[in-house]
Amino acid sequence: MRVFRGLILVAVLVAAAGWWMTRPRPLPADALAGLEGDAARGETVFLAAGCASCHAAPEATDKRVLSGGQRFASDFGTFIAPNISPDPTHGIGGWTGAQFASALRRGVSPEGRHYYPAFPYTAYAKMRDQDVVDLWAFWQTLPASATPSQPHEVGFPFSIRRGVGVWKLLYMNENWVVAGDLDPEHERGRYLVEALAHCGECHTPRGPLGGLDTSRWLSGAPNPSGKGEIPALTPDRLTWDAGEIAYYLETGFTPDYDSAGGHMVAVVENFGKLTAEDRAAVAAYVKALP
Amino acid sequence: MKKQVFALATAAALIATGAVAQDYSANLKARQGQFRIMALNLGILGGMAQGKIAYQAEAAQRAADTLVAVSHINPGPLWPEGSDNMSVDGTRAMPSIWDENADFLAKWGGFGDAAAGMQQVAATGQEALGPAMGKLGGACKACHDKHRAPQ
Repeated sequence: MRVFRGLILVAVLVAAAGWWMTRPRPLPADALAGLEGDAARGETVFLAAGCASCHAAPEATDKRVLSGGQRFASDFGTFIAPNISPDPTHGIGGWTGAQFASALRRGVSPEGRHYYPAFPYTAYAKMRDQDVVDLWAFWQTLPASATPSQPHEVGFPFSIRRGVGVWKLLYMNENWVVAGDLDPEHERGRYLVEALAHCGECHTPRGPLGGLDTSRWLSGAPNPSGKGEIPALTPDRLTWDAGEIAYYLETGFTPDYDSAGGHMVAVVENFGKLTAEDRAAVAAYVKALP
Repeated sequence: MKKQVFALATAAALIATGAVAQDYSANLKARQGQFRIMALNLGILGGMAQGKIAYQAEAAQRAADTLVAVSHINPGPLWPEGSDNMSVDGTRAMPSIWDENADFLAKWGGFGDAAAGMQQVAATGQEALGPAMGKLGGACKACHDKHRAPQ
């Protein structure tokens, strides 16, 4: 009997510890206090981070209306991008800058719930404070949309949001994959690839629980849409030189003048609007991959 | 009687199989060749735009003229219904080409517009090639985004 009670106590403690460990952890409300946002610089962050590539309406002509609706199939269900336009009711117009930062960097909603990692906060977790406030300043210049968000089509057990807390314990950290001190160009490239542009989300294979296998970083993966492969970017597989990579990111043309297709089209549209230095930085980082 | 029905059914099945296994290899070769011609000429213009090939007005103009010529190829015979990647091997052409044919043709027209833009400026100087290449790249991507399956 005593042993039994002891076991129950242990079970309760473990459950409580688990509940504690998997709780949503927003940033403190004053995390970005004292920083002034610059909308013009925020536009660069917006383009590099590819916000509109997923949150614009399907086949929208104006990619700045972030009304949501694109569908993303996965092994865990279909996620539908929500409206994140500045509309106060249907979008995120009522949020504070700190809530925006918590969503991006912690994957936590203003109501204190975990977001599903279809939203690439594991990459955005590495976003710099200044870039977050600049992005939020740019956000205020975007048009509002009153299109309601649609619920995700995710079945049990993945419908239990607490489970995402376990997933975060396993896969979320702020360490660079390509570690160490880099020269300014490679460092900028690393920041663009690993944090803002979240290239790893498609170009790195995933484990059984859907987390990125960083030991095979950017080594290619099956296309989540079910058909075809997302190509590897590692130098053993991608033979393009740095200039060719940068030109591809600018125009969408491969070295043999085939062109980008699929979701990469949206990436190239954004990267074509960045500076030549930023495209060269990404190319330098990719060429230096292990 | 039973035998006749059986023979009829067999004949019908054979005809149906024949229809499924229709040979589109010539169509596939033609349209893939068309894209190859485009790629070769885009390569000349892109190489000059990037400074990898010395700029030469006449060569640039001929490449641009060729792109325009390709844009005038009537797409109908190259893209018969049933030659999509769900029905035959050796193609990445998605069924949306036929399901949303107006969109596909509009995007093909977009390539024609971009090629005509290049044709206007190709002989005017090296610095005009970059922006015109950007528009051509945009036209290619627009269609590949929607109507071409990933590798």
